[in-house]
This record gives sequence, structure tokens and C-alpha cells, in this order.
Amino acid sequence: MDINIILAGVGGQGILSISAVIGVAAMEHGLDVKQSEVHGMSQRGGAVVSHLRISDQPIFSSLISMGEADMILSVEPMELLRYKPYLKKDGFLISNTKTVVNIPNYPEEQVLFAAIEKYPNRVLLDAETLAKKAGNVRAANMVMLGAAADHLALEPSYLEEAIKHIFERKGERIVQLNLDAFNAGREAANQYLATV
Amino acid sequence: MKQFLLGNEAIAQGALDAGLSGVYAYPGTPSTEITEYIQRSKTAIERNVHRKWSANEKTAYEEALGMVYAGKRAMVCMKHVGLNVAADPFMNSAVSGVNGGLLVVVADDPSMHSSQNEQDSRFFGKFAMIPILEPSNQQEAYDMTRYGFELSEKFKIPVMLRTTTRLSHARAIVELQEKISENQLNPPPTSCSDFVLLPSNARGRYEHLLKLQEKLREQSDQSPFNEYVEGSDHSLGIIACGIACNYLEENVRKFNLKYPYLKIREYPAPKHQIARIFEECEQILMLEEGYPMLEELIIGYFRKVKVIGRLSGEVPRTGELNPFLVARSLRIELPESETTPELVENRPPRLCVGCGHADLFNELNVLTDHILGRRIFSDIGCYTLGALPPFRAIDTCIDMGASITMAKGASDAGVHPAIAVIGDSTFTHSGITGLLDAVYENSNITVIISDNSTTAMTGGQHSIATGKIADICRGIGVEEAHLKVIIPLKKNLDENIAIIQKEIDHKGVSVVIAQRPCIQI
Ligand SMILES: Cc1ncc(C[n+]2csc(CCOP(=O)(O)OP(=O)(O)O)c2C)c(N)n1
Repeated sequence: MDINIILAGVGGQGILSISAVIGVAAMEHGLDVKQSEVHGMSQRGGAVVSHLRISDQPIFSSLISMGEADMILSVEPMELLRYKPYLKKDGFLISNTKTVVNIPNYPEEQVLFAAIEKYPNRVLLDAETLAKKAGNVRAANMVMLGAAADHLALEPSYLEEAIKHIFERKGERIVQLNLDAFNAGREAANQYLATV
Repeated sequence: MKQFLLGNEAIAQGALDAGLSGVYAYPGTPSTEITEYIQRSKTAIERNVHRKWSANEKTAYEEALGMVYAGKRAMVCMKHVGLNVAADPFMNSAVSGVNGGLLVVVADDPSMHSSQNEQDSRFFGKFAMIPILEPSNQQEAYDMTRYGFELSEKFKIPVMLRTTTRLSHARAIVELQEKISENQLNPPPTSCSDFVLLPSNARGRYEHLLKLQEKLREQSDQSPFNEYVEGSDHSLGIIACGIACNYLEENVRKFNLKYPYLKIREYPAPKHQIARIFEECEQILMLEEGYPMLEELIIGYFRKVKVIGRLSGEVPRTGELNPFLVARSLRIELPESETTPELVENRPPRLCVGCGHADLFNELNVLTDHILGRRIFSDIGCYTLGALPPFRAIDTCIDMGASITMAKGASDAGVHPAIAVIGDSTFTHSGITGLLDAVYENSNITVIISDNSTTAMTGGQHSIATGKIADICRGIGVEEAHLKVIIPLKKNLDENIAIIQKEIDHKGVSVVIAQRPCIQI
């Protein structure tokens, strides 16, 4: 079993908390995991990406090769398309629909979404709104993780355990908030797939 | 016990578990998280391991040297260009030797993700003639800190641990070893002259360093980190260094390759193993993350065997490696990769909304835009982003501190106005001495210290002279009448412009401190 995931977003959106949960879940269940991150200059509002690899065999490279990603999970829609060359032919795209427009030449939303909707294997959702409903916009990351949960070849319950483990220090309420956001994302993704 | 650690965290945890007594560092991507991890570590707090930031890499290095002089184990961490700053103590400590283990961790940044150049620190290690360790994965990063301290104490010289961005900033599962306790205090006896590098002593110490080289080579040939892997197809042999070993292994497994290969993770390079691969193979491919350092050395040495790599073009001359580039250099047929959809635009880093630097740049632009050939000398930090649109407010960024000194040199040449823009942490890193030069000659320059009370670019580390910048300027002789503090806010625009204009008109050194805390702290 091998899963390669590209996580994308804009510096400051905190994509690393998504990969931390997946990484811990995989490790706790005896799998090998490697994850590359971006620290430094790009974190100031630039494009950021994290490569996450999970396998039941030893993994060597922490970077994914072109055409080898099973999934691109993006918290920003234009960033989703930036890494399209990494996706396998039948790979899966999951994206937040909320744009971050911090450049003057950001594409028109209509054109952007038309380009994304060309790919059949996709889930699009408004993570901020779902997170707000769950209790806090800042849990938007966990909504995105939830949306991916049924497509990671990891039991979603493993991810829930990892969320508990990672947020434990911050108290019961924060754990519950993140679990709620996770489940909201999961539900929304399944609904999306049922209607597309 | 297993943990999911960044390469940098593995180094930090490895050092703590190997009896570290102090980490010394100045932040710099991709090295910063090593020290930050130790600052947060419960163990480090309980043991009172030294873990505060230093003013710059040189002071950090010398402080670490003092700790190992006293017999304890210390680690000094920096990014690659930091070693340029620390080069003086670095080169000389190889001559003096050390008393407790000294690990010099240098994180290189090939592809320049967050740096001014992609210099390869292995050259520095070779220059100083000390052992270099170059982990290929996070487990090795962890294990090598312990091994590095042991080597350092065995040969009584500093040991370099070289990482690169993709190792420092990737997470993997790391198995921790048993903890060992710290060294006892044990400074050398007062009669020891090893640390007094007067020429008469230094000559002897240098002879000693040269004699040690053969021993280091033997060590490297037997190192657990240098490994010859047999193969049945001798049409090609591969020498891979550091993280390139990983990309090679990935391809060996995926494409079932049968070439012999040599994995190098300790230097000086293992002579016998290299000779062996040259004897056994018809052609050698060199895979190095960084400059073609070994490739250049080897190419002329074994003339009969063709060497391919970065110099011959099979591997790109610049930038970091990845599994894809390594596959290509192995002549593996790969499908054409797609290109990114055209509508995707570049998204470069930028100043945050509400950043004080931005207001300062607006003021400077209003002030100087009309000056033909205007030059603003600047420096390294978040404010370097002021070189990009929409500001285009600064014209230079070379190395930490160069804003003030370049403005002075330009002023010496007759440039007016000669304006320098520097951040608070950069000022204390390397700006103070340059300002002293200007004060000494009363140079006609205007220095603007954009003081956001933090080291923002690298993630908001404590800036060690917060609240003392004006006093430092006073202390080195900046005249009170030309030392101004402004608050860069839109509502103060006109007032600030008037103040800066007056200081530009003043014939002599002026300092304007633009003070507004970073919105991230
Ligand atoms: C010799 C050297 N050491 C470290 C760095 C990394 N570095 C670049 S910018 C920076 C922080 C500068 O802080 P400051 O001057 O306060 O500016 P700010 O980012 O806060 O605006 C550091 C540590 C470097 N480029 N060169």
C-alpha cells in the first residue's frame, strides 16, 4: 500500500496541521510516513506545499515525483491547480472553494472553477463556512482533512484518534471542536460526491 | 520510543539525548527549528541546557567553543551563509582543537528557497580539514549527533553536521536511543597552550591537524555511514552523497536497478571505497546535493573511467535534486510530465497586511521617488520584500549588515542621499560595527532602522536588543540631535516624511528608528 498526497495552500493557512494528523495516524498504526514541509520565506503569504507519503514498505524520498500523487488536498483553489502535474491519471482532487486573493493578477473565479470542474475525481467545499458551523473558522483545516478522510486508505477512526492525541494539550473543548469540524468535512464530501 | 520528527528536530533530540550542555545559534532558514525545539524541550529546561539566541553566528560559535573548552558538549547551528560570518572561529578552532565535543550544524539551502546563494558548506568543512557528516534521512540525523560528538571527542576537533533544506524540513519516524548524561566540567590545565594560537603554537597545532588527516580517512573508510552496495550490472556505478542516497534508493527499488553504488555520509571521502567502485565500473554517476565537490575532485583522479554528473550536464548544474532528476540521470525513460494550467499565477511572498515596514516604504517612496537615480541600500529580513512591487522601495540586499556599510561606501564615492534601511535584528547581528565606521568618519548617510521588535522573517524569534536600539546608537556616538524615533503609521505620514527629509539634508550621520511591533507577535 502506497499513498502520496500533495497538500497545498497559501503561507499562513496552516496546512501543516493537516499533515501532522495524517502522519501521526499512520505512524501509530505501524506504517512508514514521510512528509516534506515549507518553512521560511514563502510562509509570508506565498504558495506553500507539503508532500506526504504513507506506505507499508520503507519510504526513501520525502518528495513525490511528477505524476505520482494519489491526491491533491488544497485549502485554496488556485493552489490546487498549481500542483496538477503531480497528480496520477486517476488521482483525486479535494479543495476548499474560498479564494485567497493577495496578488493583483488572480484569475477570475468563474474561469478558475471551470478549470477545476474539468476533472471528474473531485470534491469542492467551503471549509470556512463549515468550520464556522462547527464552532470556529480556525478549524477549517480539520474540515479539509475530514473531506479527504474516506480517500486516504487509512481508517477515518485512526484520524480521529490522532486529532485527539494532537489537540489533547489544548483541552477537551478544542478536541471536540476539531472532531466536529472533521466530521462536518467528511459528511460534506460524501454529499458532494453523491450529487456530482 | 518512536517520534515523528523534522530533520531539524531529530538533530535537536539527538543532541539532547547525547548529553548536550548548550546550543548556540542565530536563526536562519533552514536551521532555525533545531534551536527552537531545544528551547521548548522539557528535558532541556529541566537540565538547564543553554538555549538562548546569540547576536550572530560568530558570537554563537565562540560561545559554543568556550563551552567545549570547559569540557562539555555543545552544538552551534546556523544556515549556510551564517558560516561565512562564523568562518574565523570555525577555521581556527580546527587548529586549536576542542576539549569537549563540538558539533557545528550547518543547514544548506540548494535551490535558494530562502537564501541569497546556494553555497555548499562541505567545502568549508574540507577547508578546515575536519570530519563532515551528511545524513541522508532523519534517523541518521538523530544518530549522527551522537556519533558526531564521539568523533569530536575522539579526535579532539570540531565536527560538521551538514544538512540541506529537504532533510531539515521533512518529517519521518525516528527511533530514539538511550539517553546519556552530560560531561563533567573539565577545562584544560593552565599549562596547555593549544588554545593560544600565537604563531609558534599554531604551527605545531597545524602540523597536528595535518597528521590527523590520515586517521580521519581511515575512520571514514570504516564508518557505518559509508556503505558500498554490490550490484551485478557494472556498466555504471553510482556515488551518492547525503540526501541523494535517498533519491537513489527510491529509484533502485522502483526500477529494480542492479548497478553497484556507494553511499557517502561521512567525509573526508572514503578513499578505498571510491577506488573500488572505479575499478569495478565502466562509468561513474555522481549524485551530490549541492556543488559538484567530489565530482571535481574525482574527475581528474581516475582518468580512465568516465565520470558523469553536474559538470557533464546529466544532472543540472544548479538547484536541489529530487527523485525525478535522479531517475533522469540514470537514463530511466519517464513519461512526459504535464505542465501547470496556464491560468495559475505566481504567488510570491509578501509583507503582511498591516505591516509597519509597508508604511515606512510608502514614506520613503513619497520622499525619494522624484530623485533621479535614487538608491536605497537595504538588508535581509521581511523588509527585503520591499524590493518587490508594489513598493520597489529598496535597491540592494547582499548580506546581513551590508546596508549601512554600502551606504557609507557609496557616500564616500559621492552618492547623495545615501540611505540605509535595516531591521532591528540585522542591526544587532552586523549593523552596529558598520554604523561605528560611519560615526568615526561622520559620513553623510541616513540610517533607518525598521524596528519591529522581533526577528520576523525567520518566524519571530526574540530580537536580543529590543528596547535598546536607541541606546546602542547613542552609545557608539550618534549625535542626539540626529537620532530620531518615528512610528510608521499612515496617520503620521506627513510628519515622518518631514523628519526623514531633515535627516537626509543633515550633512553627517543620522539615524531614524521606525518603531512599530510586528503584527505577528
Ligand atoms: C548570516 C545570516 N544569518 C541569518 C540569516 C537569516 N535571516 C534572514 S532575515 C533574518 C531576520 C532579520 O530580522 P530583522 O532584521 O529584525 O528583520 P524582520 O524580518 O524582523 O523584518 C534572518 C535571521 C541570513 N540571511 N544571513
